[in-house]
Amino acid sequence: MSYPPEMQRSIDRVNASRAERVKQNVPRLSAEGKKALLESYHPDYRSSGMRAIRVGPNRGDRAVNEFVDILEAHPRLSPERIDLSQIDHDVDVLVIGGGGGGSTAALLAHDAGARVLLVNKLRHGDSNTIMAEGGIAAATEPDDTPMLHYLDTMGGGQYKNIPELVMTLVTEAPVVVEWLESLGVMFDKIPGTTSILTHTPGGHCRKRSHSCRDLTGLELMRVLRDQIRSRPIEVVEFRPAVELLLDEGGRCAGAVLLDLDTKQYVVVRAKTTILATGGMGRLHPQQFPTSNHYGATADGLVIAYRAGARLTDMDAVQYHPTGVAWPEQMLGLLITEALRAHNVQLANVDGARFINELETRDCVSSAIIRECTERGKGCATPTGMQGVWLDTPLVDQLGYPGKMEKQFTGIYKRFREYGIDCTREPILMFPTQHYQNGGLLTDGESRTNIPGLYAAGEVGGGVHGRNRLGANSLVDIFVFGRRAGLHAAHSAKEVQLGRLTLDHVLRHEEQLASAGIETDRTSPLVLPDYTRPETRFRRVG
Amino acid sequence: MSTPKVRISIMDKRYEVPQGLTILTAYEYAGYQLVRGVGCRGGVCGACATVYRLEGDSRRRACLACQTEVQPGMNLAPIPSYPTNRPAYDVATIGDARRAVVNAFPEVQRCLGCNACNKICPHSIDVMGYVAAIIAGDLEKASDLSFECILCGMCATTCPAEISQPNAALLARRVYARHLVLGSENVQKRTAELRAGTYTADLQKLASSSVDELKKLYAAREVKR
Ligand SMILES: Cc1cc2nc3c(=O)[nH]c(=O)nc-3n(C[C@H](O)[C@H](O)[C@H](O)COP(=O)(O)OP(=O)(O)OC[C@H]3O[C@@H](n4cnc5c(N)ncnc54)[C@H](O)[C@@H]3O)c2cc1C
Repeated sequence: MSYPPEMQRSIDRVNASRAERVKQNVPRLSAEGKKALLESYHPDYRSSGMRAIRVGPNRGDRAVNEFVDILEAHPRLSPERIDLSQIDHDVDVLVIGGGGGGSTAALLAHDAGARVLLVNKLRHGDSNTIMAEGGIAAATEPDDTPMLHYLDTMGGGQYKNIPELVMTLVTEAPVVVEWLESLGVMFDKIPGTTSILTHTPGGHCRKRSHSCRDLTGLELMRVLRDQIRSRPIEVVEFRPAVELLLDEGGRCAGAVLLDLDTKQYVVVRAKTTILATGGMGRLHPQQFPTSNHYGATADGLVIAYRAGARLTDMDAVQYHPTGVAWPEQMLGLLITEALRAHNVQLANVDGARFINELETRDCVSSAIIRECTERGKGCATPTGMQGVWLDTPLVDQLGYPGKMEKQFTGIYKRFREYGIDCTREPILMFPTQHYQNGGLLTDGESRTNIPGLYAAGEVGGGVHGRNRLGANSLVDIFVFGRRAGLHAAHSAKEVQLGRLTLDHVLRHEEQLASAGIETDRTSPLVLPDYTRPETRFRRVG
Repeated sequence: MSTPKVRISIMDKRYEVPQGLTILTAYEYAGYQLVRGVGCRGGVCGACATVYRLEGDSRRRACLACQTEVQPGMNLAPIPSYPTNRPAYDVATIGDARRAVVNAFPEVQRCLGCNACNKICPHSIDVMGYVAAIIAGDLEKASDLSFECILCGMCATTCPAEISQPNAALLARRVYARHLVLGSENVQKRTAELRAGTYTADLQKLASSSVDELKKLYAAREVKR
């Protein structure tokens, strides 16, 4: 397969405009220009896609419908069915979710002397972290400073970020890079020097992103996982947390897991608990495709909310501008921003540019949506999608022959599977749900408002305000994963737990009833279901 | 117009699925709500490794189910888990770096050079080449050749010498990066400054600035390319 004829005609126009386009300067948006673009086209401003939450600590706040649906749902396991007197694991620190954030927290907690249990829904490491391509941000270049990193992060987040968290982020970012190097992470180096090769993702004003080819997350995740295997840290897989436990004094005291193979529940008592369950992409907010892994179903948010944890900015969802729109088999898959950092341009159906490619993600996505809707300048696919072109042949043309294949091997190979040679032909993009900007509200030590419950990584909110910058999430998960792990281990030493309860789940049920919410939905979702409706209709038991 | 159908078998059971699906979406079309054998759905986690044969073809093949289109006559078997060997070690204190991997995985020296690993690798990695580099103590080469390994483990399922190649390669890369490459001086300089509190006052000033002040600073900052 290659491109169908009607798409090929648009590609001819993209090829024809290339020589002139490369010289063209598309000015940056003014602050007012940005605001107008976002308000008219960003999905966060689409009122039909959102509604107010009717129960719990954030009652009245708006969030995407798909998320409110699972907040306002019944528990998956009925609390009466669970015998809390039989404890299966009794530990100091329970870490829920072994992506980058959770694995880091587990390591640091163990280093600090705690007995640690790390529980996973899928295999340890099957996560959004392993998928990260572009890199990890830290102000390490001589012409960069933590202050500039701070400004970029705040500006990108529309100044809605929590200043204390951003300060921690930018101050500890270089420490994290140093730590990762010491674990044996193979960062790309400038040949003949000790320096790590850095580049400038959108919204950053300096070269600041440190990468490992275009497989940064894979490299980080496999090293962390291996480091955990070097330690006596207990790891369980295919046993997601489906409810948190509190003690009678309202402290978080562990979790109830569900064994996906045997369908039994498992009770974990823990002096402190760290939630690191990542994002919500597989809820497909506003029906967008997603770049996220299979397990990104917002479980952590749901179970923490039921236990009384506060959320922030849950109406701010990040749609990454460059998700694959064609071929259909790759729909939603992320194409790294690093390509745009290497001066690769976006072009509409006529081969014309329509936005400065290095604007922040929210703006670039909005501009793509504007091309594909109001302006009617998207290129249509045979499956009824619209998209704009990412002019990948520019990588080799502006760099050197073979640069695409060497530096963006993953992308090159995946498209080649479908008969598309992205060194000769552009690739079609449409925004894809990518990141949950909001999440559990935490302080600088990663503590939520529930004593004994910490949150680290994408499940947390406040660090990135309303829009995260590229490369700022990987640094977030390590900075706050480390803090959560350390603090949880230290505070576990002083904790005396009382009787375990699930009364908060019963209270949630009462709230649903008094809000008049009738639904047969249950949550957390745990796994998405991509079978056909016909199959689900016939499914028994 | 409806999409033409393709006849495939999933673990020897026959199904008809629309042409153009990936193997993973074909499982779902057939009615499986996947639990094991699925992960990132983007070709990097290695959870969906699958072996298959085509009807009438003696060759055994492997692929990632999320990255591969169904073909008529495929008989598919997901390999969601396969036991491999990983000895205890700590990279920080591993000793003689060049020999570290061979010491931890002495079985690499039994490599017969049979090429079975290269033939089955769904990522076209030169597995046999990196094993040879490990034996020769050339960890730089082993790291480079194995860098794209997603640890799906297919090579280990076919190795007559019973080597757990992905684990040996992982150790090779870690030892190489930790002991044979110098840490970044830029990074070390910056962390030393941070520890000395060089930026603390300036950062605190920024953190207590009003949004209007921040906006001015943001607009005025130099954006370098
Ligand atoms: C394709 C892609 C590319 C990206 N590229 C970059 C990049 O270049 N730079 C950057 O900074 N950021 C990038 N990001 C974002 C970044 O990778 C993630 O935001 C970050 O890794 C999240 O880490 P985490 O540890 O919080 O969550 P994850 O890494 O998603 O880990 C969460 C883990 O918890 C598990 N889990 C979920 N529910 C449960 C449960 N109920 N019980 C137990 N376990 C559970 C999940 O299965 C998963 O293993 C990218 C994201 C994607 C999807």
